[in-house]
Amino acid sequence: MSEYNMQILICGGTGCKASESEEIRNSFTELLNEYGLEEEVQVVTTGCFGFCEKGPIVKMMPDNTFYVHVKPADTEEIIKEHIVKGRQVERLLYRDPVTKSVVHDSKHMDFYKKQIRIALRNCGFINPESIDEYIARDGYQALGTCLSERTPEQVIDEIKKSGLRGRGGGGFPTGLKWEITAKVAGDQKYVVCNADEGDPGAFMDRSILEGDPHSVIEAMAINGYCTGASKGLVYIRAEYPLAIARLKIALDQAREYGLLGEDILGSGFDFDIEIRYGAGAFVCGEETALIHSMEGCRGEPTFKPPFPSESGYLGKPTNVNNVETYANIPVIINKGASWFASIGTEKSKGTKVFALAGKINNVGLIEVPMGTTLREVIYDIGGGIRGGKKFKAVQTGGPSGGLLTSEFLDTPIDYDNLIAAGSMMGSGGMIVMDEDDCMVAIAKFYLGFTVEESCGKCAPCRIGNKRLYEILEKITEGKGSIEDIDRLNLLGNVIKDASLCGLGQTSPNPVLSSLKHFRHEYLAHVKEQSCPAGQCKALVKYTVIEDKCTGCTLCFRNCPVGAITGEKREVHFIDQSLCIKCGVCFDKCKFGAILVS
Amino acid sequence: MNKITSLADLKKMKGQVQTKLKMRENSDAADTLVQIKVGMATCGIASGAKETMSFFVEETSHQAIDAVVTQTGCMGFCYAEPTVEITLPGKEPVVFGHVDKAKAREIIDRYIIKGELVDGIIPVNFKTIHD
Repeated sequence: MSEYNMQILICGGTGCKASESEEIRNSFTELLNEYGLEEEVQVVTTGCFGFCEKGPIVKMMPDNTFYVHVKPADTEEIIKEHIVKGRQVERLLYRDPVTKSVVHDSKHMDFYKKQIRIALRNCGFINPESIDEYIARDGYQALGTCLSERTPEQVIDEIKKSGLRGRGGGGFPTGLKWEITAKVAGDQKYVVCNADEGDPGAFMDRSILEGDPHSVIEAMAINGYCTGASKGLVYIRAEYPLAIARLKIALDQAREYGLLGEDILGSGFDFDIEIRYGAGAFVCGEETALIHSMEGCRGEPTFKPPFPSESGYLGKPTNVNNVETYANIPVIINKGASWFASIGTEKSKGTKVFALAGKINNVGLIEVPMGTTLREVIYDIGGGIRGGKKFKAVQTGGPSGGLLTSEFLDTPIDYDNLIAAGSMMGSGGMIVMDEDDCMVAIAKFYLGFTVEESCGKCAPCRIGNKRLYEILEKITEGKGSIEDIDRLNLLGNVIKDASLCGLGQTSPNPVLSSLKHFRHEYLAHVKEQSCPAGQCKALVKYTVIEDKCTGCTLCFRNCPVGAITGEKREVHFIDQSLCIKCGVCFDKCKFGAILVS
Repeated sequence: MNKITSLADLKKMKGQVQTKLKMRENSDAADTLVQIKVGMATCGIASGAKETMSFFVEETSHQAIDAVVTQTGCMGFCYAEPTVEITLPGKEPVVFGHVDKAKAREIIDRYIIKGELVDGIIPVNFKTIHD
């Protein structure tokens, strides 16, 4: 085995690199050689610790000592004190921000409690194709407890007390939903798992089904027991082949163990699950449209009431919950409602999974307690904005949500705060935008998505969104007027009020919220015919700055349409009538001689 | 496989599978068993986790390293896929990011065989309910 007794881990994330972590590494290596310790101590560069605020980070192994704000000059002291004498360098240790006391070991740092994995508890830990591994991690214990020791009413009560709310977007209290379905009389009832995850950039449901499919199966069975349903259906989009494959394996295993089927665990309760495939229409995430699609009808929403809990699949009482909601259920039963309710904010309990995407360093899947701030999510967990650029906004809730600007960075994230801020939780996609993103173009992108996905049943959504899109198109082409901005506002609000289902009612949100927070960008487009972020091609003009051009011919050679002319060592020229505004010349120029205006 | 017919049965079963896993995780009996988990969600597979996984399977058997190679779901570090978690006997699990074949070879040669850490470790920054 290793001859090394100790290891020095140095963060090599973007943030720490920018604050000299490479110099620190070099300095450690040199000093270790000097002290003759190179055989005993190894220096290793790691990925981001996600604690960039305190960077550069140096961690000592095997004792887990966590040094923060380390400077190249500190390395000698660390070697002399920590490595040679075995004493920690007190002044470089992390201090708890509240108690101000020194934290000696990274395992006790509050920071690492920023992420708590409940729904993702087994993702990336167990083999998703092994039911044994799931059982070893308390799997199916909750179902067993419910069937043998509790009445359906008691279980529903527990879920109600936990404060769990629907994770699919709306945030309806889950326990209450179950209770309503349980109370409706019916010879046959259904429980449905909504795995029709459609928000661009959201992939938490897919990851749960791919990483821990049994947690959803177990929760659906509990749901069936509580509501009196003997049949479960998973509505999943056909674009998720891996999730479907893993779910099928899991269903077979559960049947083999008798955890699905007749007389489960000798309780007399029968329950089985079937899979239904969706063709990937966004509107089918809406529960009434989803039910119609499962029935073999067109995926179109219908007016509520009647709610699915009264008349759902084939006209029978049906309880629809989202994948992530289900993944929380077994934990609530096993650890108790009060434990779950101790996490989160007053009205939003537990954790939420977010899919971090966009201009952020650590793109990925995170799970944080409700009430975590955007700043913590973006800068601490997400590692900050890519390329050290300036944060502009974050889009939550996908095409139904809105933008949150820098003034909301310190707002605790929960259902109610996000709605108050003009956005929504949605399914948990979080797309981060930096200074280079044009808000008008972003609004146009999301609206383009809804225009394509509108089922066409009601006029406000079908026609209204199309007109809204055309106005945005006009603006991004520099042909818009001030009146167009007012029209966006008016039309957007009409669509919100008059549409039939959730899709239409929320579709103008990206436009309305970008108008609210970034009106100046809209004004720049219509008044000055310019795009401040330089994204709207029709409004951008590329020209050569004559003083800076060296005549290297690089732009000339790379221009795909031959719009650039010029001789070697002479100033080049861009022919605007030929330019397609691809930006290649700007990217290629080594002298910064291309001006974007 | 026999059906599980009661809660007591399930609990018994949990005990059994847990010891099985424990043996793999803590390896009381097998001092040389290395556990290799490859993140095989869509994000991982798209970045080449399948190749990484088969490389680990082939290479460990080729070099006669007593290792269990398993797949797992998304660890959440989608920016650093493929990700691999390696647990050496009696040690804490270590997660490595961007593990292509070359990196996998480095990990086998240096970390698994010699116990030296290699660059590219991803510090785990979350807690699960089991912690």
